[in-house]
Amino acid sequence: MALFRFDSPRFPPQAQAAREQARAFLADELEGGRFAPHRSSWSTFDAAFSRRAGAAGLIGITWPRRYGGQERSGLERYAITQELLAAGAPCFAHWVADRQSGPQILRQGSEQARTEILSRICRGECYFGIGMSEAGSGSDLAAVLTRAVREGDGWLINGSKIWTSNAHNVHYLIALARTGAAGEDRHGGLTQFIIDMASPGVTVRPILNLAGGHEFNEVHFQDYYVPDHLRLGEPGQGWAMVTDELAFERSGPDRFLSDYRLLVELVNRVGTEPDAREAVEIGRLVAHLQSLLGMSASIAALLEKGLSPNIEAALVKDVGTAFEKDIPEVARRLVACEPGLDAQSDVFAQTLGNVVLHAPAYTLRGGTREILRGIIARGLGLR
Amino acid sequence: MEGQDGMAEHIGDEAAAMMSDGVDRLLREQVDTALLSEAEGGNWSAALWAKLERAGVPQCLLPEAAGGAAVEPALALRLVRLAGYHALPLPLGETVLACALWHQAGGEPLPGPWSLGGDLLELRAAPEGMRVTGVARRVPWGGAVAQVLVCARDEAGHARLLALSPQRASARAGENLAGEPRVDLEFQGVVLDASRVRPAPAACADGLLPYGALLRAQQMAGGMERALLYAVQYATQRTQFGRPIGQFQAVQHMLAEAAGHCAAATAAADLASAAWGGADFVFLVAVAKSRAGEAAGRVAESCHQVHGAMGFTQEHPLHFTTRRLWSWRDEFGHEPYWQERIGRLVCAAGGERLWPLLVGG
Repeated sequence: MALFRFDSPRFPPQAQAAREQARAFLADELEGGRFAPHRSSWSTFDAAFSRRAGAAGLIGITWPRRYGGQERSGLERYAITQELLAAGAPCFAHWVADRQSGPQILRQGSEQARTEILSRICRGECYFGIGMSEAGSGSDLAAVLTRAVREGDGWLINGSKIWTSNAHNVHYLIALARTGAAGEDRHGGLTQFIIDMASPGVTVRPILNLAGGHEFNEVHFQDYYVPDHLRLGEPGQGWAMVTDELAFERSGPDRFLSDYRLLVELVNRVGTEPDAREAVEIGRLVAHLQSLLGMSASIAALLEKGLSPNIEAALVKDVGTAFEKDIPEVARRLVACEPGLDAQSDVFAQTLGNVVLHAPAYTLRGGTREILRGIIARGLGLR
Repeated sequence: MEGQDGMAEHIGDEAAAMMSDGVDRLLREQVDTALLSEAEGGNWSAALWAKLERAGVPQCLLPEAAGGAAVEPALALRLVRLAGYHALPLPLGETVLACALWHQAGGEPLPGPWSLGGDLLELRAAPEGMRVTGVARRVPWGGAVAQVLVCARDEAGHARLLALSPQRASARAGENLAGEPRVDLEFQGVVLDASRVRPAPAACADGLLPYGALLRAQQMAGGMERALLYAVQYATQRTQFGRPIGQFQAVQHMLAEAAGHCAAATAAADLASAAWGGADFVFLVAVAKSRAGEAAGRVAESCHQVHGAMGFTQEHPLHFTTRRLWSWRDEFGHEPYWQERIGRLVCAAGGERLWPLLVGG
């Protein structure tokens, strides 16, 4: 027995304290009207919010003190993350750096990179983007064509990245580039580099999404020079590092809480005395959400133990994003309402409108549903 | 659970793993097609029950002083999941929970096996003692067990736990889709000895439905895992168009999705088990039973689809598991019943109270 590992973790009391810390910060933010939960989510970029979150000690909290961290546990970070998500806080500025780039630099970066970058992330002043996808390399990450070749004490990068969220707003990307032969399993010869967006040789072209938002970009490298101290890990080890990074990217509560605010607004709209159908539908969503919280907490505990639960992470993201996509469908079945972002629309209609327009991304970003199911199938022993 | 009712002293992790492995091995050896088929003919598997008793499993939740193994509720419920995995055709989970609840209520030890009923009965004082009236519907193995634990209300509305002998009831035999006995027991003013009536602990005040639901949620988690393993095994062995069918993406994705349902249901069942005795127990049972019930239907469907016609026969053992999944999801409250309870609770509290309900604080 035991197909996959989802033990129920015991959370330390410090995790509850971290939760309270985040709640106090968020209550203050809401009181001051500094963000609007029905119009934002974790994938809303707001540098001012991130600076305040950094000042409140909510970013990079697990990292060593000498790099600006607080040496707190991953489960405390997990509790803070959950609170930010549930509040609909606009976290995207610091989100990627806190979730995966910072930890990657800590594990694989040079001492110089750690010293120069990590404490700025903790203060909420330094933001990251992910440079994995390319025009010909979306789900098939091993098909990366961007090349890095040795040049003096560093590397010269040429090529293009696409779907690079926030490239126009961030200070750095972590880019995956080909530095050697792919080998038989196609996973060889890849290396990750920290790209300083202020250096010459990198240009950014916006790609607007269907909601009219500017999040995506195309990023071009032309003889872009990156010093060797901004290389991550050994040359050729990029594939394994990307795989580890994806366990962090895929398993978190951001994979099932993107539109949690719509569930809150739905409960408020239905009111305190639901009819049977309303109660059943809302009860079903809540049961799904509570189950996901259980799954994701157990992954947080595995990550904290230093394990790489890649298959479990894929399971959480697959189940979690299906749940996220279910919320707007249930909401519109229960409430007769035309979704809209116009001035006539109320909070519910605006929340629904925002979710409907962004939901297609839920099962694409961070690995498509189809890629995840392939990973799960491999975990089951089918391939 | 610590500090409650003398159950503070739990066995360690290593002993727990040994116990779990031992039960797994015993059931793997004993619960085969022959035993399952005989059980459906109405045969009580006495030899296997005796083995389980010798291993101390039915009483495992009781403290050592009461002849138990003092395991944590979470471990006891993992054993229930194992029973579900192996389709054990005996009321093991029912006995584990019922005798522990009876002990917790201060009841004197009574011989097993036990079952439990989800219905609330009526208790009335009479000159000759207390009389119980009402029907305990669909009691698992209600004709074969020695005791049935039910909850009843007295004239004052107080909840009482009753240890009833099914022999005192008029019984109407029935069975679920998997041939597991489900017996209606009607008590018509049956006079009870005072030793068979105890004040219900607070956790049982609303009846035993949540306990039955938790059992079925855990059994479904185990059953789903078994069905998935059958399907994976079949998909890697069955060859069509020159390759195992498990190499077709359509099959892979169907099973991956089913694995997600299974994992979510298992996590929910474990949350409910861990909440045993806590304030949010009934809420988490509602989550577990409804999530597992929904998952069970989806997993059974996908696993049958993968097995093709072979899985639709009695020659393949898949049906022992899937017929149980189809039964268990409707026992002790089907999904909409529990979902509605969750929905009413959540809506009454309002949207902003939902988050603390989910994560605490």
